[in-house]
Amino acid sequence: MTDAHTTGPFIAAIDQGTTSSRCIVFDKDGRIVSVDQKEHEQIFPKPGWVEHDATEIWENVQEVVAGAIVKAGITAADVKAIGITNQRETTLLWDKNTGEPVHNALVWQDTRTDSLCKELGRNVGQDRFRRETGLPLASYFAGPKVRWLLDNVEGLRERAERGDILFGTMDSWVIWNLTGGTDGGVHVTDVTNASRTLLMNLHEMRWDERILQSMEIPAAVLPEIRSSAEVYGNAKGGVLDGVPVASALGDQQAALFGQTCFSEGEAKSTYGTGTFMLMNTGETPVNSYNGLLTTVGYRIGDQKPVYALEGSIAVTGSLVQWMRDQMGLIKSAAEIETLASSVEDNGGAYFVPAFSGLFAPYWRSDARGVIAGLTRYVTKAHIARAVLEATAWQTREITDAMTKDSGVELTALKVDGGMTSNNLLMQTLADFLDAPVVRPMVAETTCLGAAYAAGLAVGFWPDTDALRANWRRAAEWTPHMDADTRDREYKSWLKAVERAMGWLDEDTAEE
Amino acid sequence: MAKNIQSLERAAAMLRLLAGGERRLGLSDIASSLGLAKGTAHGILRTLQHEGFVEQDTASGRYQLGAELLRLGNSYLDVHELRARALVWTDDLARSSGESAHLGVLHQQGVLIVHHVFRPDDSRQVLEVGAMQPLHSTALGKVLSAYDPVAHTEAMETERQPFTPRTVTDAEEFEAMLDLIRARGWAADVEETWEGVAAVAAPIHDRRRMPVGAVAVTGAVERVCADGELRPELIAAVRDCARAVSRDLGAGRF
Repeated sequence: MTDAHTTGPFIAAIDQGTTSSRCIVFDKDGRIVSVDQKEHEQIFPKPGWVEHDATEIWENVQEVVAGAIVKAGITAADVKAIGITNQRETTLLWDKNTGEPVHNALVWQDTRTDSLCKELGRNVGQDRFRRETGLPLASYFAGPKVRWLLDNVEGLRERAERGDILFGTMDSWVIWNLTGGTDGGVHVTDVTNASRTLLMNLHEMRWDERILQSMEIPAAVLPEIRSSAEVYGNAKGGVLDGVPVASALGDQQAALFGQTCFSEGEAKSTYGTGTFMLMNTGETPVNSYNGLLTTVGYRIGDQKPVYALEGSIAVTGSLVQWMRDQMGLIKSAAEIETLASSVEDNGGAYFVPAFSGLFAPYWRSDARGVIAGLTRYVTKAHIARAVLEATAWQTREITDAMTKDSGVELTALKVDGGMTSNNLLMQTLADFLDAPVVRPMVAETTCLGAAYAAGLAVGFWPDTDALRANWRRAAEWTPHMDADTRDREYKSWLKAVERAMGWLDEDTAEE
Repeated sequence: MAKNIQSLERAAAMLRLLAGGERRLGLSDIASSLGLAKGTAHGILRTLQHEGFVEQDTASGRYQLGAELLRLGNSYLDVHELRARALVWTDDLARSSGESAHLGVLHQQGVLIVHHVFRPDDSRQVLEVGAMQPLHSTALGKVLSAYDPVAHTEAMETERQPFTPRTVTDAEEFEAMLDLIRARGWAADVEETWEGVAAVAAPIHDRRRMPVGAVAVTGAVERVCADGELRPELIAAVRDCARAVSRDLGAGRF
């Protein structure tokens, strides 16, 4: 029995996420000791605009840290390090003298910089900075959001040029405040978060002068780029006073780390509202010719950075929610499996949920959702099956793109996120990928990744091998589908995808 | 024809009167339509209200059908919902016990495994979701038989096959064992189904305290037992897990 829960020491991980902030305390085996969580307000000033109040977020972070420490029944002395993981790309500027944000944070989903991104593409288009940054010019990323704030908050550019303004993604904001804020707070970001700004050169891990000039962003606002696992400073004040702040990773990269995907070719996929898949590509950044992003996976201290390819699916869990809320075909998300299990197959129906266009590997904004292959025979149960299959086929498309770009065949897929409780989906995934699908025992891989990185930085865990030893398989689904069926079904799926494309006329697709 | 219970007939008549469309009726309307004295009608309505079958509008004092009545038809807990709620807790159970964890529900004459967490030792294991286990000899099956009257009937009426010399097949002995399970709140299977395998299980209740499933740890008898006894910390871990899942389903603390 390994139930040595209450004996420390421990690592505290802070997850500053899109809808809530959480703090989880982990023990040396990587088991959860306590959790505290608090949601924050989603602010929608206009259609397509999404903001967060950064002051509220910092207050919540302090609250959940205190909450988790109290629930664990421990003190700062029992905590060896604090790790940070965060919603990526969400952008904040604040006054370094007062610590006050100059505007609400612009959230990654916010599309207000769409036209700015088109403008910045000049005659080259969205791949103008791809070679340097690994990213297309798109509204998610932080750089254009900084530019928007500098252009639209009165007097901000002058203050920024004078050196009074600091920029940061949420990792920087939390670390700066944790380490003292106006009283000596450190202004840093990690390589994974910096790789989502469109401002960092992926090969050199430095801010790119030329891009900064093109985007008209003064270098004075930028944080120092550090590794993902090193001591940035010590917490000043609060319940964790004096504890080293020792890691920062964007949430998807943290999940990659928490799933211990430390070898080239290892990949994880997180199934939530949308789905994010990352594959470790080792020490070289792999350019994508198949619609994936090139990003930094992590960097441990002064070791070489490890790169990743990333593919995202916009609509996965949200398709199930749509079946529940808009269609009323099920009463709870879990019921999709009950309904889908009542039939043997999809009855010939295919559901392409291109609600806001198709993402990787197609990137077609003119696509819209279709259900194809309908006959009198098809029931709501077949549609439910097609819903689950849509998530599995889209994962297959991304793994195919990753194999093409990296030359590495996927040997097994590590999964996490809420939808992993859907047994039929996990089996379908294994069948469609023709590879085993593996679920780890700790579902909270994001926080775990941040804890792992922080623990490595302070010597709580000796090396990544020790972390691998902590990884436990909770379930594994092995492929059962014969190759002919798989190929035939995949062909039908691709036909359905084709029918989704070009639904919008070109002028409306620009909207 | 046997004599029916008059107050139940009257209660049924009241529910029929209130059913269908937008129906809100006052006490005197109900009493006069059914030819009852107001006091009698009020007594029945109060009982129905207490059970949640009838609700009284606070402003008008009129009666309407209660939410509980609607829930009766929809009370079936989706097993996939059960799995989603149990996921975190069963992971932790497997991790803390070092053994595999299973979640089972009654299905036909046996236990259907709806969730399975591997033993955390990195050995090769096969997912057992969808497998059936016998009701009378497994820890999961015995818990269900002890708490769920439908499972109890199934276990009593089906042939209780002896899988090992330790399997309890005699009806009286089996009932006595279920009494003990109800008294203790957990069930064990020490080599009663498979040689060399032992398991401990505890019941999961929903918010109306209905037994909806059971959770178990299963492992080699030499690890699950010590000195011929089930290890008390394993029993505690299983019961904690069952309570945590029940709480997530809305059952009160107990």
